[in-house]
Amino acid sequence: MSASTPAERSPTEPSPATRSPGVPVGPWATVDAAVRRTLNRSRRRLAAVTGWVRHRWRRSLQFRVVAVTMVLGTIVLVGVGSYLYQRVANGLAEDRRVTASAEVSLLASTTQQQFDGTDKVLSADALLESARNFVQDAAGTERSRYVVLIRGANNTTQGDILPPIRSGEVDADAIPEELQTRVGENPSVQQMQIVPIKLTGEADPVPAWVIGQQVAVPRAGDYGLYFVYPMTRERDTLALVGRFLLLGAVALMLLLGGIAYVVTRLVVEPVRRAADVAQRFASGDLGERMTAKGEDDLASLATSFNEMAASIQQQIAQMENLSRFQQRFVSDVSHELRTPLTTIRMAGDLIHDSRSDFDPAVARSAELLHNELDRFEALLSDLLEISRFDAGAAVLDVEPTDIRATVARVVESTGALAERKGVQISVEEPDKPCEAEIDSRRVERILRNLLVNGIEHGESRPIVVRVGKDDHAVAVSVRDHGIGLRPGEAAMVFNRFWRADPARARTTGGTGLGLAISLEDARLHNGWLQAWGAPGEGSCFRLTLPRYSGTTLETSPLPLNPVLGDALPMRSAGSGMPARAPGAEAETAILRRVRAAADPVALTQERAAGDGEHPATAAVRGHS
Amino acid sequence: MKGRVLVVDDDLALAEMLSIVLRQEGLDASHVADGSAAVQAFRDYRPDLVLLDVMLPGLDGMEVCRRIRAESGVPIVMLTARTDTVDIVVGLESGADDYVVKPFKPQELIARVRARLRRGDEPEPEKLEIGDLQIDVAGHSVKRDGSALSLTPLEFDLLVALARKPWQVFTREVLLEQVWGYRHAGDTRLVNVHVQRLRSKVEKDPEHPEIVVTVRGVGYKAGPS
Repeated sequence: MSASTPAERSPTEPSPATRSPGVPVGPWATVDAAVRRTLNRSRRRLAAVTGWVRHRWRRSLQFRVVAVTMVLGTIVLVGVGSYLYQRVANGLAEDRRVTASAEVSLLASTTQQQFDGTDKVLSADALLESARNFVQDAAGTERSRYVVLIRGANNTTQGDILPPIRSGEVDADAIPEELQTRVGENPSVQQMQIVPIKLTGEADPVPAWVIGQQVAVPRAGDYGLYFVYPMTRERDTLALVGRFLLLGAVALMLLLGGIAYVVTRLVVEPVRRAADVAQRFASGDLGERMTAKGEDDLASLATSFNEMAASIQQQIAQMENLSRFQQRFVSDVSHELRTPLTTIRMAGDLIHDSRSDFDPAVARSAELLHNELDRFEALLSDLLEISRFDAGAAVLDVEPTDIRATVARVVESTGALAERKGVQISVEEPDKPCEAEIDSRRVERILRNLLVNGIEHGESRPIVVRVGKDDHAVAVSVRDHGIGLRPGEAAMVFNRFWRADPARARTTGGTGLGLAISLEDARLHNGWLQAWGAPGEGSCFRLTLPRYSGTTLETSPLPLNPVLGDALPMRSAGSGMPARAPGAEAETAILRRVRAAADPVALTQERAAGDGEHPATAAVRGHS
Repeated sequence: MKGRVLVVDDDLALAEMLSIVLRQEGLDASHVADGSAAVQAFRDYRPDLVLLDVMLPGLDGMEVCRRIRAESGVPIVMLTARTDTVDIVVGLESGADDYVVKPFKPQELIARVRARLRRGDEPEPEKLEIGDLQIDVAGHSVKRDGSALSLTPLEFDLLVALARKPWQVFTREVLLEQVWGYRHAGDTRLVNVHVQRLRSKVEKDPEHPEIVVTVRGVGYKAGPS
């Protein structure tokens, strides 16, 4: 444990305070932390760089092409460059060897002749002296070579023994043993080898040809005469060539990268433009077209794209026209009906008011006429309201309002109906004001609708209206304990003219458009109107509105499912929040337009079901 | 005195029906079908109230409303088949005091007409002050520094309602009931539009009102004297 260095300690290890007391923790902890910080920082930086590269690699075709070109180019250039360099180096060495070898043959035979011409009775000192002279002669004066005379490896002559003689700074140690052996074994031919030689004035050893040839020295036997040719010039030439090769390679690499960049740009740029155009087209800008120039592949891509776009645009326009015509028709019919209806209504009321003067059958008819006129009127105004939403003509008129006041007004106005039905309505609300920017006319209409529905289907059992608020939203839920909704019905209650049970007699005679209008009203607020219900448990409708107009809702202050919600805290009720239909988030504008044009009803009924909270829960969220 | 109502509507059946209902209520009614003839009919008939259809041949209802308003403060009630916010607001801004949406119930229409005609029945010698304005309720005049401001009867009523209880904040619903005579919930946009119109006449700077002050989230109140 104590042997582990700070840097090796795993980050999950307990803090120093909890470790065994024998370990010196104080200073180590500081160092440990510093080391870990540095490590972490560089690791983070590395991760950032690799992350960037990986991101670019994934996202940019151009980056990929340029990178691959550069990597392959480097491999090829390194191979070719090394080969060329090797060839030049070999050529230079070979050149040097040929000239040196010829020179050595000449010089060696001259030296041999000189030795042969010496007096056989010279003293040892005189012999040494002449040998030195001969070596100096062989080395010459141009200092391009060094000469060393060493006693041969197989020399067993018991005469005079000459010490190694050298002409310059290269001494006998520089001549490899192996070369000496070879000269001894094969005296008739030159032996040569490249050996690095240390020379004064040179930082690194210089490669040099060492060429050895045997000479016979009178009274002293066979000696190796070694010529050392340093390849200083060749080395410099080679270094220069190397530098040029490297420079050329780098330049070539950059050029290659640049070419790859330009070429891919030529291809990628139009593709990117095409992608941009397609993106804009998909987001609803149907007039978007690509520019098709020339006759190449990209031009044909552009042409095909444009043809497709034109065809889509035409079809959408057709459908939009149709649907606009349809909406317009509904609106016009409704308006045109209003004036005669007003006259009928007034006449009907006049007759209704004096029905006591008629015989019973006519009087009853007057009553029926009167009542049905009410229904007809309600239906007409609901139709008009819906057609206004469909035409996108509905305008939100928001004002900061305490929603509790709105709730109170609605509860009051539905009081008479509730009393008639024997339904008790209780309101649970916070003591604090629940202010939100809402269009109180619309919110009132929603709440009245929910409450009237609750009273109608509540089987005379009590209804609970809850008001909730948090920092971002206010919510009102209307909970009844009536027949409830069957699985799947919660998704359908917002449909136009949908009826829970077609066989059931209608008592209050709703138009069948109430919840559809309420849904549109909620959506106009960017709010949610959701339904929950279970057979025998009753149902719960929850309206959630953002407190500030234009913001988006994420959670609701009230639970939708009262059965679950009563047992759970508010927050987790939010987790059971019905999600939007899968893919709805990614649904593009164009798709919505197509759907809206194809079926004006569909647009108003995006909903999600089967969210796990309860089988019969539906959610509809406002689209911005 | 019998109230005189001018009905301007191109639908003959509806106009006749309206006349029947109005006469049943003891009012005198005259009818004109064409917008371009409406202003002249107004001058000849000198009605106490105008029922005006928005969609008219010749001259449209908004324009007729503007021309009548230019020469008289007589109450104008619009009849409209369209409930679109824009239509109603434009109608109110062109000078209408109130509006009724087709199809309406006869009682509803009569209530609106009565509410507009009733004003002025109870003249009381009362002087009020609001901001730097002096109001003579009986004399139906509003003066600032001695010079009279020209208000329509409805605008005058609105100002008087606020000035009578300067300590009170009036919700739009309360004003609808007191000034327009709505017994149930009405369209609060009526209040908004007419407060704007009133401000444009009585405020020194309508952008920063000092006489009719908005109380955010509640309604309006009279400014400090």
